[in-house]
Amino acid sequence: MADPQGVLIVVERSDTGMAPITAELAGAGAQLAKALGQDLSAAVCSDSASSPGLVQAVGRLGVKRVFVAEHAALAGFQIEAHLAALEQVIKQANPRVVLLGKTVQGRDLGPRLAFRLGCGLAQDCVEIGWDQGRNTLQAVRPVYGGASQARVLVVTSPAFAALRPKAFEPVPETAGATAEVVKVAVSLDSIGPVAKLVNRTKQEAAGVRLEDARTVVSGGRGLGGPEPFKVLHELATALGGAVGASRAACDAGWVPYPYQIGLTGKSIGADLYIAIGISGASQHLAGISGVKNIVAINKDGEANIFKEARYGVVGDWSKVVPAFLQAVKEMASR
Amino acid sequence: MPVNIIVTAKQVIDPETPASALKVDAQGKRMETPPNVPPVINGFDENAVEAALRLKDAQGGKVTVISVGKSFVLDVIKKPLSMGCDELILIQDDNAPTFDAYATAQVLAAAIKKVGQWDLVLCGRQASDFDQAQVPLGLAELLKVPCVTIAQKVEVKNGQVTVQRVAPDGAEVMEAPLPALVTISNELGQPRYPTLRGIMAASRKQPTQWKLADLGLNASELAPRVEVAQVFIPAKQKVVEMIGGDNDEEKGWNLARKLREAKLI
Ligand SMILES: Cc1cc2nc3c(=O)[nH]c(=O)nc-3n(C[C@H](O)[C@H](O)[C@H](O)COP(=O)(O)OP(=O)(O)OC[C@H]3O[C@@H](n4cnc5c(N)ncnc54)[C@H](O)[C@@H]3O)c2cc1C
Repeated sequence: MADPQGVLIVVERSDTGMAPITAELAGAGAQLAKALGQDLSAAVCSDSASSPGLVQAVGRLGVKRVFVAEHAALAGFQIEAHLAALEQVIKQANPRVVLLGKTVQGRDLGPRLAFRLGCGLAQDCVEIGWDQGRNTLQAVRPVYGGASQARVLVVTSPAFAALRPKAFEPVPETAGATAEVVKVAVSLDSIGPVAKLVNRTKQEAAGVRLEDARTVVSGGRGLGGPEPFKVLHELATALGGAVGASRAACDAGWVPYPYQIGLTGKSIGADLYIAIGISGASQHLAGISGVKNIVAINKDGEANIFKEARYGVVGDWSKVVPAFLQAVKEMASR
Repeated sequence: MPVNIIVTAKQVIDPETPASALKVDAQGKRMETPPNVPPVINGFDENAVEAALRLKDAQGGKVTVISVGKSFVLDVIKKPLSMGCDELILIQDDNAPTFDAYATAQVLAAAIKKVGQWDLVLCGRQASDFDQAQVPLGLAELLKVPCVTIAQKVEVKNGQVTVQRVAPDGAEVMEAPLPALVTISNELGQPRYPTLRGIMAASRKQPTQWKLADLGLNASELAPRVEVAQVFIPAKQKVVEMIGGDNDEEKGWNLARKLREAKLI
């Protein structure tokens, strides 16, 4: 077999088409391909109804070639089917590097795919590049809950990396750009026992979604109980934002888990984040690295959150926040 | 139906150590705490122990804990025994290279095959040191069993495991035939505290100790696929502006004024 060549991105589907991470993969992948002096290609695994739309969408991201696996079993995200298809696509495409998103789908898909092919994967990368000396993929990834970062080398071929969402610039679409299509005939007959989805329940928060909110008001253990979250909701409503929480507040049962922000909760990209009674543990900060302005209200002037904040108030939330809320309301009525 | 459960557990530095007390070790390959801060069992692995013990309480069976590592502190790593687990297997080999996720999964897979009888493997969703969330998924691949991640509830009935898993805005229920592997998240609920009786029982038990050779593995097949070149603390340049005032209420008002000036509200 010829030497592995180029960078392959795994296209992720959303309910409505192509998931936003795909443009970020294309952005990071294009730079890497350039450093290697090789091509950028993409893998689309889908049913025949959706694949033409996906192929067009990824073509507009400037990839040279799209490997397309079409199969009825690839209609939804049945992970075993997608693993089997991608394994076959990668064997045919023979890339030097494979990039996926560390999304809800990708965080399970990436490691399993890499292991299945006997390869290494750098998980949750915030930077990637080519180590010319070692001739390997290198990546930077947060470790220890975000308290530090590790530079790692993926020494296998192909080398896999799962990229943290919103950590890489998406490439803009080029209208009319198309990619060469290579169909891959995949066989999904030999899939072993699988885990089946039998039910899905949604716990929708009223109002603005946390991930989309421009302003987020967030509470932690310092609030002391569930009651104070009422004030936080009132404040969020006045500011047109959403309410979040630290894991400590969720673990205590004061608010449900979908409120949790951080490493193992949600990542947000708000313009304004008001952290109330939150100490600023690195695992919490991991979820707000994309926030533009952090405001910390904490009675302990030494709290770690002040190291990350743009504005800080040292004080008791039960006095600071109601006064702040009243001021916000008065400003709004003027 | 009694269930034979394997739980994987990792000894890690205490993740609640304040960032200011953490530093990069002399080799630049990992973080270390001050010597007086003892290590802990990875929190999500304790959640996995709890999930296993709940199944055992409800329907009987056996819980075997396996840990791969170096420099085990016995008082720490024996905690699952004092919580009620039946057996502890420690795999440490001074001659072994530093394992990456792939090698760790290879060692665990070999150990699980050596244990032989099992229905279910439960793992913490990720380890709080390298936060990779790779070993459980890789282990499922090497064992060739179905895998469900980030569970908040696990039930076993009629040769099937039913898992309620955490989704971004709610929950999903998944079903898989046994044998299977499930990763557990903190949403499952607080792990139990060891009872006095449990601590006494654990003090009488000795962990089984295996080396790579006991598993038919040699160091060369465990060479890392992902190498850690360097661990570092990134530089920060944010400067906080403190909002003053004669009392806390006034600070609240001043904050509103400041944010309005900055056009943030
Ligand atoms: C693997 C792993 C993953 C994790 N993932 C997450 C995650 O996704 N999200 C997350 O948030 N955490 C996560 N954590 C937990 C994290 O380490 C911290 O334990 C948690 O963030 C602490 O929450 P907190 O700041 O609310 O509580 P604390 O650290 O207890 O802080 C409470 C703060 O409130 C202040 N306070 C108290 N009273 C008042 C008052 N009256 N007025 C004003 N301030 C007051 C205190 O000064 C203190 O700073 C994770 C941990 C691990 C090990």
